Amino acid sequence: MSSYHLDHLQHLETEAIHIMREVAGEFERPALLFSGGKDSICLLRLAEKAFRPSDLPMPLLNVDTGHHFPELNEFRDRRAQELGGKLIVRTVEEAIAKGIAQPAPGEISRNRLQIPTLLAAIEEFRFDCCIGGARRDEEKARAKERFFSFRDSFGQWDPKNQRPEIWNLYNGRLNQGENMRVFPISNWTEMDVWEYIQREQLEVPSIYFSHKRQCVRRGGQWLPVNALVPPKANEEVRELVVRVRTIGDIISTGCVESPATTTADIIAEIAAARVTERGSRADDKSSEAAMEDRKKAGYF
Amino acid sequence: MSLSALSTTTPVPVDILRFNTCGSVDDGKSTLIGRLLYDSKSLMEDQIEALERSADITGGGQINLANLTDGLRAEREQGITIDVAYRYFATPRRKFIIADTPGHVQYTRNMVTGASSANLSIVLVDARLGVIEQSRRHTAIAALLRIPHLVVAVNKMDLVGWSEARFQEIRAQFEAFLPRLDIKDVKFIPMSALNGDNVVDASVHTPWYGGPTLLNHLETVHIASDWNLNGFRLPVQWVNRPNNPTDRTLHDFRGFSGQIAGGIVRTGQKIIAFPAGIVTTVKQIWTYDGPVQEAFCPQSVTLVLEHDIDISRGSMLVGLDHLPGSNTELQAEVCWMHARALQPGRKYFLKHTTHTVQVVVTEIVNKLNLDTLEAEPAPAELGVNDIGEIRLRAAKPLVFDGYASNRLTGSFILIEQGTNATVAAGMLRPPREIVKPENGDYVI
Repeated sequence: MSSYHLDHLQHLETEAIHIMREVAGEFERPALLFSGGKDSICLLRLAEKAFRPSDLPMPLLNVDTGHHFPELNEFRDRRAQELGGKLIVRTVEEAIAKGIAQPAPGEISRNRLQIPTLLAAIEEFRFDCCIGGARRDEEKARAKERFFSFRDSFGQWDPKNQRPEIWNLYNGRLNQGENMRVFPISNWTEMDVWEYIQREQLEVPSIYFSHKRQCVRRGGQWLPVNALVPPKANEEVRELVVRVRTIGDIISTGCVESPATTTADIIAEIAAARVTERGSRADDKSSEAAMEDRKKAGYF
Repeated sequence: MSLSALSTTTPVPVDILRFNTCGSVDDGKSTLIGRLLYDSKSLMEDQIEALERSADITGGGQINLANLTDGLRAEREQGITIDVAYRYFATPRRKFIIADTPGHVQYTRNMVTGASSANLSIVLVDARLGVIEQSRRHTAIAALLRIPHLVVAVNKMDLVGWSEARFQEIRAQFEAFLPRLDIKDVKFIPMSALNGDNVVDASVHTPWYGGPTLLNHLETVHIASDWNLNGFRLPVQWVNRPNNPTDRTLHDFRGFSGQIAGGIVRTGQKIIAFPAGIVTTVKQIWTYDGPVQEAFCPQSVTLVLEHDIDISRGSMLVGLDHLPGSNTELQAEVCWMHARALQPGRKYFLKHTTHTVQVVVTEIVNKLNLDTLEAEPAPAELGVNDIGEIRLRAAKPLVFDGYASNRLTGSFILIEQGTNATVAAGMLRPPREIVKPENGDYVI
């Protein structure tokens, strides 16, 4: 192997940095979606690699469902401060109070309610581009999405009419009111994300690592007991050694039993895993096209 | 592989192979990808469960491997692939990025999308049908895009009784037109994606075939030299100038950030900054992980230069050897991707590297007939999915290479004004004259 060789992580990294810089070069008011989850932690490091020694040329934006794990929000706020980044948080609660978002009975997560909240934030700050940490290996509809995902003035994705994306030439041109969502780590897998976290020695919220937690068995998953998920009369509360593999809404994100206490443990665990990351997310199981429908309506 | 084996061995650096699959409807592309994932144990239990769930509901109990890649509702309903789907899997030797590109005539633009960054293309052929227009079209596009490696997967061999004669016949059909295309590495593999023969595991039905299985080939094909290391090129993406830095040493920091699109750059090396055409020296190669002495394609870096020159997004920094061309008059092969046809006289935005400029189409030189692979001179227009050669005049000179020598500095897209639709993928012909830096005029 020649010395002019990049390994797979270096390839994915330079591709993502290139995309970040295209955003900085082509858009007037971009924002970077940062939740504190593992994918957006990688995005932040990539942004540092793309833009240092300058300040990040875009604010961080988070749509807080009000159903976040508290460890996640603590981490989010602290990390943004350490970076010297400007963090904007818009909450679903606020959006409901203002009548922007309407909860529907029986919803198992606030994913849908994030849509109007996000669109309102985009309008409020006149963002023309939001960088997100979505990956194509997560879900079938995402597997079809471009790096530069064009959204019309209603924030909608039209999967049948996407702009062709050729070589590394991204078409970021927009008309008034239109918006771009850009996904620099589209080509990363869950394994790549953890390998990158290990290589870069990135801190992640503690809930990704093994800890003791009260859980109930519901819908084939271990759900964490908390104020929003009280145990039902017929359910047995058990204290388990668990971690979360993917962080979604606290009322529908299952915990997995795991002894993993380090990033290396997690990598070994994923290598041996027999279910996908989103296997623990009830929101994606509701129908075959759950994600497609949310994205068409303006979801991340 | 056991858990302990993984945690104790040091990970070997693996590389990435990007490939795309193309064929016409019902050639079994999605089935082939499903088979690759399934047999290489890259599928997870919940994915298999989801497949079984949809098999029970809509498939009469039969698992349909195509459902793995056909992610959109309309695709599952119509049993076709509409858009490029990306899939990922890994073996201990390599990581793979698959672009599953549809074979529908009207979706050729998606094939170009999926194939443009590929190291390798797989063209599927139905053994019963042999070479059809779509096979020629896909092969021609792969050749046009200069994808370094091609695999012809002769699929559904079970339906022709695993006939070696039929396989050789199809191979001969291909070899009849391959010389007219510029493809260096072609491999023919007989297989049945549905049953898994010669996809991951060698087939017992093809004792007459001595070559590798598809996965074997994907794992071993030589891709290290697919990147261009001749002639340094850095299209400037972003000027890196810290605002009121607390660190005083950064007070005068002015860096030029971009992804190296060709060649190697070293500290102390002389470079020319275009469009100014001024020679300067690389003072520092700045990266987040510390300064480096040299960097190469396709790394992303930030260069600090000796002199204060007017450089901004869209400028190109180049090495003194292997100089590029610079011109407002351009000639290129294009794949037209939009329902509104290309006609001479139309104006577009052209995006080349990080530089966007207005162009006018001055002439359509020819159109490629995909049946005969002959060029038909002077057509009135290029319609959607047509491939042809055009001349353009740009409002400002482009600093470029021929696509054959550099895929990144020799390619462009055309964008329709108003709708902002991406309407064409273009591959530049080699420049007629290269830039001539005349020392006295160019050095500060």
